[in-house]
Amino acid sequence: MSASDIIAALSAAVPEAAYESLPSVDEAVTPTIVVPVEHLLATCRALQGTPGLEFHAFSDVTAVDFHPDREPRYDVVYHVVSPHRRARVRLKVRLGKNEAIASVTSVWAGANWMEREVFDLFGIVFDGHPDLRRLMMPDDWEGHPLRKDYPVQLRKDAATYMPLQVTADEFQANLERDRQFRPRPS
Amino acid sequence: MGLETDFEIPVLTTTVESVVQWARRSAIWPVTFGLACCAIEMMAMASSRYDISRFGAEVFRGSPRQSDLMIIAGRLSRKMAPSLRRIYDQMPEPKWVISMGACASCGGVFDNYAIVQGSDQVVPIDVFIPGCPPRPESVIYGIVQLQKKIANSRMDQTPKVRIA
Repeated sequence: MSASDIIAALSAAVPEAAYESLPSVDEAVTPTIVVPVEHLLATCRALQGTPGLEFHAFSDVTAVDFHPDREPRYDVVYHVVSPHRRARVRLKVRLGKNEAIASVTSVWAGANWMEREVFDLFGIVFDGHPDLRRLMMPDDWEGHPLRKDYPVQLRKDAATYMPLQVTADEFQANLERDRQFRPRPS
Repeated sequence: MGLETDFEIPVLTTTVESVVQWARRSAIWPVTFGLACCAIEMMAMASSRYDISRFGAEVFRGSPRQSDLMIIAGRLSRKMAPSLRRIYDQMPEPKWVISMGACASCGGVFDNYAIVQGSDQVVPIDVFIPGCPPRPESVIYGIVQLQKKIANSRMDQTPKVRIA
């Protein structure tokens, strides 16, 4: 499915959005479409739900930081697959520094952790995400390491203590419950 | 000491301390704890070609409560540091730590925010082994150095300084 086919189908479903295709080295396999940020959610719903498109499988979301060469500085990149049509598509959304972007977890539930990763490493906020916490870095980390203006060679003391994820009472209760179901040695 | 000649049966005198330290250094049990590619060399060291059991240190234990040596084999990420510290704290005294390879010792090629620049920030280290990764011979040499260190240290030494 070529970029023009997908854009034609999407424009019929979301008439107010202006789509644009970009050249890419793999455009025979994965055409690239630039989506305006305000129409992202409607576009994704159309991609997933329109007969003839049926992009049911969410492959990846990632981001690129073009700081300081370009404004708006981020590209948020989505890869979506249509197993029924044997087609792939790459969506690019241009995003400025303090702009928020809609979460697509309501369309593809698999986007949950991938959006958390993008939030963690780029600081891009996904509106409507059910659980937007850090994924890779420690919970109390400051900054977003994949931003181009992040001090990569950071000097900082290593944390050596991490609170237990269960309380002592919960741990004891788990232990007791485990003992009840384990066969007693004869 | 002269005591040996006073008996008709053969007697060898020594100190309790040297016997205890001989026992400790002759049966070092490392905890099974590999972090990255150095762990492959650590496994090679334990297997038949290099055979660390010649030095009594081949019993890799799955539980830190049965171990007295931790080999930090690989780069230590910041997120792993609290777990490493917890495993170290679970090991009974006396215990020793070997920092294996450039990454565990000083960060190595990973001069960035994600990797601890030297695992001595997290636990006290007894022996640093250079290399990227160190060959199994180097690790064996490091373990022999640790055995010399144990032989020369006091039995009742106070616990090492803890880094908070």
